[in-house]
Amino acid sequence: MTFINYASREINCKIVYYGPGLCGKTTNIQWIYEQANPEKRGKLVSLATETDRTLFFDFLPLDMGTIKGFKVRFHLYTVPGQVFYDASRKLILRGCDGIIFVADSQAARMEANIESIANLATNLRENGFDIRSIPYVLQFNKRDMPSAVSMDEMARLLSFRNEPMIEAIANKGVGVIESLKASARQILLELQRS
Amino acid sequence: MAKPDLMLFEEEYRALQEITGRLAKDASAKVVFLVDKNGQQIAAAGDLQDIDATSLASLTAGNVAATDGLARLIGEKEFSLLFHEGEKDNLHISIVGKRGIVVVIFDQNSSLALVRLRVRKASRELQEIFDRVEARALQETAAGSGFESPFCEITDEDIDRLFGD
Repeated sequence: MTFINYASREINCKIVYYGPGLCGKTTNIQWIYEQANPEKRGKLVSLATETDRTLFFDFLPLDMGTIKGFKVRFHLYTVPGQVFYDASRKLILRGCDGIIFVADSQAARMEANIESIANLATNLRENGFDIRSIPYVLQFNKRDMPSAVSMDEMARLLSFRNEPMIEAIANKGVGVIESLKASARQILLELQRS
Repeated sequence: MAKPDLMLFEEEYRALQEITGRLAKDASAKVVFLVDKNGQQIAAAGDLQDIDATSLASLTAGNVAATDGLARLIGEKEFSLLFHEGEKDNLHISIVGKRGIVVVIFDQNSSLALVRLRVRKASRELQEIFDRVEARALQETAAGSGFESPFCEITDEDIDRLFGD
């Protein structure tokens, strides 16, 4: 749910990084945080366990500049990927404008990817959204891993609509901004339609 | 269906800002924030200099969402009030209608009783504004909206520019 303030001329959009445990959701937004101009980024809030596993969410506000005279601000959230944090994942999807699904390219994680997409569909539905129509980007992360499954095979297993598919190595920044940009494009064009 | 976008226009924004400012004064609070349940800050008043308002809005919404989840687990609809007591400063969080959250930060210059009293009064006024915003949104949806959105002509170049391309 985009928040448009005509008085202060601001648009706020919420983008959620979703995916199975250890797929690189937090790594994506950490990289964005490190690369962003300090004047344009807010504080990176991480609610994590002592072992750096996401417990509730990570949050990063980003000022993107202006569009049609309106300040555009993105609020990036990650969900906890571990299966047993499902209640928290559902809460974080509340009011989201777009999803970046971070898939782990390693062969051993394919089943976890598929399960996570099914879980996303359920949790979106419970928040009143449809996974087939909400702005959605599919990121194939960890492309540098030796056991990475081919792009064609991953697309065959994980793609279910005509979504943008982006190759990434999030810890090196590859594909991170491209994914965010693809999501931003979908959300802003959606705004145009509504 | 998901709720429609939240659109605030000048008059509504000013009214919300005015009520928030008055609440800060009447409750002798340090800071008052009005945020929406998705974590967006709507209005703020008081001594805002040392506070990271964006993080506060997001964490408050997370806190309220988690507490809502807890409420449902024990068969309650929601807990409409959360109170966190600190050594010096305290946090009073309450829900306004379906959409809003009022956050009051106060110290020994005020009291929980005073804050509760003032928040209750302000909440009624805030609710009226939120109802108006919602009624307008519904009306516009039903009437096919005569309102010309400034975003109907966003181009690919506009989006590229946001990313410095």
